[in-house]
Amino acid sequence: MAVVYEKSKGLTDAELHYCPGCHHGIIHKLVAESLVELGLLDGAIGICPVGCSVFAYNYFSCDMLEASHGRAPAVATGIKRTHPDQAVFTYQGDGDLASIGAAEIVHAAMRGEKFTTIFVNNAIYGMTGGQMAPTTLIGQKATTCQSGRTVEQAGMPIRVAEMLSTLDGCVYAERVCVTDIANINKAKRAIKKAFEKQMNREGFTFVEVLSTCPTNWGMTPLKAVQWLKDNMIPYYPLGVIKDKGLEV
Amino acid sequence: MEKELWKGNEAIAEAAIRAGCDCFFGYPITPQSEVPEYMSAHLPKAGGVFVQSESELAAINMVYGAAGAGMRAMTSSSSPGVSLKQEGITYLAGAELPAVIINCMRGGPGLGTIQPAQGDYYQATRGGGNGDYRTVVLAPSNVQETVDFVQEAFDIADQYRNPVMVLCDGLIGQMMEPIEWHPVKKRALPPKDWAACGRKGRDHHNIITSIFIAAEECSDHNDHLTAKYAEMEKNEVRWEEVQCEDAEIVITAYGTPARIALTALDTLRAEGIKAGLFRPITLWPFPEKALHTLAEQDHVKAFVDVEMSTTGQMLDDVRLAVEGRKPIRYLGRAGGVMPTVEEMIDLVKSALKEVK
Repeated sequence: MAVVYEKSKGLTDAELHYCPGCHHGIIHKLVAESLVELGLLDGAIGICPVGCSVFAYNYFSCDMLEASHGRAPAVATGIKRTHPDQAVFTYQGDGDLASIGAAEIVHAAMRGEKFTTIFVNNAIYGMTGGQMAPTTLIGQKATTCQSGRTVEQAGMPIRVAEMLSTLDGCVYAERVCVTDIANINKAKRAIKKAFEKQMNREGFTFVEVLSTCPTNWGMTPLKAVQWLKDNMIPYYPLGVIKDKGLEV
Repeated sequence: MEKELWKGNEAIAEAAIRAGCDCFFGYPITPQSEVPEYMSAHLPKAGGVFVQSESELAAINMVYGAAGAGMRAMTSSSSPGVSLKQEGITYLAGAELPAVIINCMRGGPGLGTIQPAQGDYYQATRGGGNGDYRTVVLAPSNVQETVDFVQEAFDIADQYRNPVMVLCDGLIGQMMEPIEWHPVKKRALPPKDWAACGRKGRDHHNIITSIFIAAEECSDHNDHLTAKYAEMEKNEVRWEEVQCEDAEIVITAYGTPARIALTALDTLRAEGIKAGLFRPITLWPFPEKALHTLAEQDHVKAFVDVEMSTTGQMLDDVRLAVEGRKPIRYLGRAGGVMPTVEEMIDLVKSALKEVK
């Protein structure tokens, strides 16, 4: 019998702990497949954040390090600078990257650190139970803005991919989502491109993946996908935001 | 062997390079900025990596990454900057990563002053970060000891998979002294087969983490760490006794005040006063048993603890070791002002008067 599909060798057999309808599982799979297809898995070193994907080190089959909250880009810097020929990536959520780790991601991009960041943006703090994130949309409810986020209280949500794109050291930034097959394919192309550019030593590469959080959004998985399309994509537009050398 | 004149901070950096430091991550702060400056100029030439980080927090996490991937990594800072590194130090301890951290102490609290002080004793010996952990703390009192300890610190860190701190003060960092680059004894070290440096054919993936979410697992991890700390207490404790054999009064001091105390001893002995010096060299593990044994000697009548700290931080450890056997007097100066020879002599004399 011909094998038409099998789980990526880039993933372990550990059972994922993610909630039903959460997109982390799909995003893990795309990162793992990309590493395998590019022949990078054996030398790859990944860094997990603090947040829902804190246990991602159990799921990726490459060597992994767990960083303190927000510091994954600094940890990755220490690794990549001493292991310049190996693929290094951080996998971070929006609380980790856009809030407590804002300084670390900005400066890693500024220095043009040659690693790839997979930024999973679900517009909320997931693991701690649904608090407001810097990426929470105006009007979106969270446990620390129970009537919805307001501009007066918390300002406008941060568009990280656009912000990092202003830095010369960031050579590639794309925003994708994984709500359907077409978008999953686009997301994988973006992740592979980011790793290719990393290995070409072009500079810092960044893929923002919009993701659902049905549990903390208080929605079914299907409604969450629709909410992402109706609310997140208009504020966080999909597509290539920066590809150095190409006009975007 | 020929003597060379070196500035403390530059000697620290050179010692690290000679010890095979692969990478240095640091942020400028007075009075230790010569360490990153020297590293930026010399470490890359020796095949190493230098990165000036955006913050002390980032620097210690770069150390975490490099150490986790098997490298000999170091960072240095001074008191306010070392406060910022505490998060990283507890993660290094929790994930069992070897690293060398230099603290060139200055006066506090807060921004304090850029002058030398010893107000970070608690932070260094009690663990300034969260959780139950220990770091070996080496306290040199001159530039020669500093370069020797920096080199040895890498081996101690690798032997136990634990962060090691070299705690000096701004005076040691800033002064120039003649030193010898004599060979430092190398330890037999275990292989870093735990490092997350890429599998490269290994049949399992290595994971570096300090999270053990199940209570039993975290409890076991704490027991494992505590057993390791007990080994360090057994093997690594160091101190120096100067003229303690017949001493009636013993000064306890580390680092720069211990050095000042040597001059006080000369004067006191010339006057016929039997004074000695007990100098802890490792602040953790603290030489508790040795000090206790000394306190039990009949010839010892009293102790005088001297620190560049007004609250009396090492004083707590001295009290715990002396266990009330003999009275203890305290002389503390902070904020960049050092205790003087005259102050030490006066306190020794008045303490002796009280007990005789």
